[in-house]
Amino acid sequence: MNETKTLDQVKISEKVKIETINTEDTIKRRLLDMGMIEGTTIECVLQSPLKDPIAYFVRGTLIALRKDDSKNIIVKNI
Amino acid sequence: MEKKKIALAGNPNVGKSTVFNALTGMHQHTGNWPGKTVGSAYGKFTHKNSEITLYDLPGTYSLIAHSEEEEIARNFICFSDSDLTVVVVDAVCLERNLNLVLQIIEITDHVVVCVNLLDEAKKKKIKIDLKKLEKELGVKVIGTCARNQVGLEELKDSMVKCIQNRFSKILKYDPILEEGIEEIEFFLKSRFQTKMHPRWLALRLIQSDENLLQEINVYLKEDLKEDKLFQEKLEQVRKKIEENGIPLNKIENKVVISIVNKAEEIFKKTVTFEKEDYNRKDRKIDRVLTSKKIGIPLMILLLMVTFWLTIVGSNYPSNILFDLLFKIEEPFKNILNFLKLPSFIISLLVDGVYRVLAWVVAVMLPPMAIFFPIFTILEDSGYLPRIAFNLDHAFKKCSACGKQALTMCMGFGCNAVGVTGTRIIDSPREKLIAILTNSFVPCNGRFPTIISIITMFFVGFSNTIQSSILNVVLLTLIILLGIIMTFFVSKVLSKTILKGVPSSFVLELPPYRRPQFGKVIVRSIFDRTLFVLGRAIAVAAPAGLIIWMFANIEISGISILKHCANFLDPFGRILGLDGVILMSFLLGFPANEIVVPIMIMGYMSLSNITDFSNLLELKNLLVENGWTYITAICFMIFSLFHFPCSTTCLTIKKETGSVKWTILSFLLPTIIGLILCFLIASGLKLFF
Repeated sequence: MNETKTLDQVKISEKVKIETINTEDTIKRRLLDMGMIEGTTIECVLQSPLKDPIAYFVRGTLIALRKDDSKNIIVKNI
Repeated sequence: MEKKKIALAGNPNVGKSTVFNALTGMHQHTGNWPGKTVGSAYGKFTHKNSEITLYDLPGTYSLIAHSEEEEIARNFICFSDSDLTVVVVDAVCLERNLNLVLQIIEITDHVVVCVNLLDEAKKKKIKIDLKKLEKELGVKVIGTCARNQVGLEELKDSMVKCIQNRFSKILKYDPILEEGIEEIEFFLKSRFQTKMHPRWLALRLIQSDENLLQEINVYLKEDLKEDKLFQEKLEQVRKKIEENGIPLNKIENKVVISIVNKAEEIFKKTVTFEKEDYNRKDRKIDRVLTSKKIGIPLMILLLMVTFWLTIVGSNYPSNILFDLLFKIEEPFKNILNFLKLPSFIISLLVDGVYRVLAWVVAVMLPPMAIFFPIFTILEDSGYLPRIAFNLDHAFKKCSACGKQALTMCMGFGCNAVGVTGTRIIDSPREKLIAILTNSFVPCNGRFPTIISIITMFFVGFSNTIQSSILNVVLLTLIILLGIIMTFFVSKVLSKTILKGVPSSFVLELPPYRRPQFGKVIVRSIFDRTLFVLGRAIAVAAPAGLIIWMFANIEISGISILKHCANFLDPFGRILGLDGVILMSFLLGFPANEIVVPIMIMGYMSLSNITDFSNLLELKNLLVENGWTYITAICFMIFSLFHFPCSTTCLTIKKETGSVKWTILSFLLPTIIGLILCFLIASGLKLFF
């Protein structure tokens, strides 16, 4: 069960752990501000009516990310 | 009395403004818009023989300063010589909030943490050990529930006491980094006395934060770059760090990771969840409000309900105000007569100044007094970010940012506020798009005008539910036209002068909160309604004066007003309007609220009707002056699409720092309005 995938492939109510964040610096900083670092547990909870963005539950808060960004975040199942 | 300067910091959406308001009462010095603290508002209060000035910093997630707001907050904490920084945190999502707390503790050694929204946490069965948190952080921690005034006395006490932090070093970094920091710190300590921790300063210097370096130079009154000895030392330290395997550009990353890990560690020690799925209710609401099928229709419905309540609710008070204000006109005139003022002055004061003021108050005050509280309730409940979430994809298709939806919502209240609100958009390109298109949302100075035109020409005067619903449907169609235009223009801008790809998008969807209805009404009336109305009245009086003079000073037998109207008339006719309307829009540049009263005065000076006391009589006046359905439609279109008011233009100048963009934001909607009016007028004239 230790396969990796990108965050945009994670389905609603699935819980995963962040492996690596391969985004460019500006968004990486924003993600860090929200407490998203390697090893952080993250749960996919909500999809927008137009399918993108998707909201994730991270460290007690709900954070919406676009697929263009979340596909650069590698996660693994837990 | 001892004077103290205290900063109030915190993440966005943690009720920081509530804490600020609760502490300072209404004594703040700028119009404060909850959810969006503009600039640094400050307020004063006295407690136990201390006079405290409290500065409300912009809500930020971190102080690593990548956005303008973060820079403002950071610079204030670092360089303003404040005695203490109070960090407001949300008890419901403490972990993320602790990041900022740790960053601030690192900078300054006088910090108090205010754990707000304890009631919400209690509802969700989240238990926080405040005593333990205090021990872990080494700073005073106070639990509050600011909206119910709980814990405020204790918070004030701690502000007076200003206790120093217990730890001078709360975060431990990589040993290699620590070694470097120590060396620079030692050097700094031997040279400077600063309010900031030399440790923090040392770390920033190693990272060579250019932006901060400039501020530091100003603060220390010494250019560190010129200091050869220091630069040598710094280079040496940097080299050592790099040689030991930490690239300089990865330092920040490492620092943030240490902060996040420390926050997690403290969080785990101090917070217990007694209910695993504590936010199940929020998720349930979210699944409805952002649902695939009804999420977007629900949004439009909510918009319609808001406006329906505004229309229905303001109808009656508006009529009463009309009656009242026009009844007072006669006695007012009599008093002036009694004072034996020259008749032209009486006419100027009554027909000029008073009537414009009366119109602005009667037509604008009731809708504002209803719309602003409803809007504030929506804002406080946490719904607005969901609008951004629902619409982001559409904005992305136009290479813009979903947060633009939030600034558009603010635009309903006031476009100038909407423009300032664009600070929440990180990408400068997307921010400019949001600024340039903000006036496509009709502000409070415009939609009451549009409502009255709809009433007069399309719905009629019967006070039935059906007519109010028809009114709101028509108004919504006009607003939707504005929204469609926003998307269209955003897209065109992204393909032309503001070329670029959509940047990243990180948006927090805060927990839902039950708004405090009573307080919301009081606050939104005082902070917003009276603020906006006051601004309108301030320009309405001189505008009334000028227009009266225009109407009464004659050049070669014809009034100036008639000269101007005649001159503009052929141009106005092409657009389905007329000279008086165009002139009113031009003279209404200071505030959209005064466009219609100016127009009325213009018509009255040109026709036989010299008096009206309700909308029906006003309609007669307009019809007498050649208004048709086409005029009404074109008037509403031009009202939606024309240059932003002077306040908004000044704000745009301030936000963009560029005359070029200000001029463009003036021309863009105007040209669109001219083209649309021309097309509609020419098209409709073929049929009628």
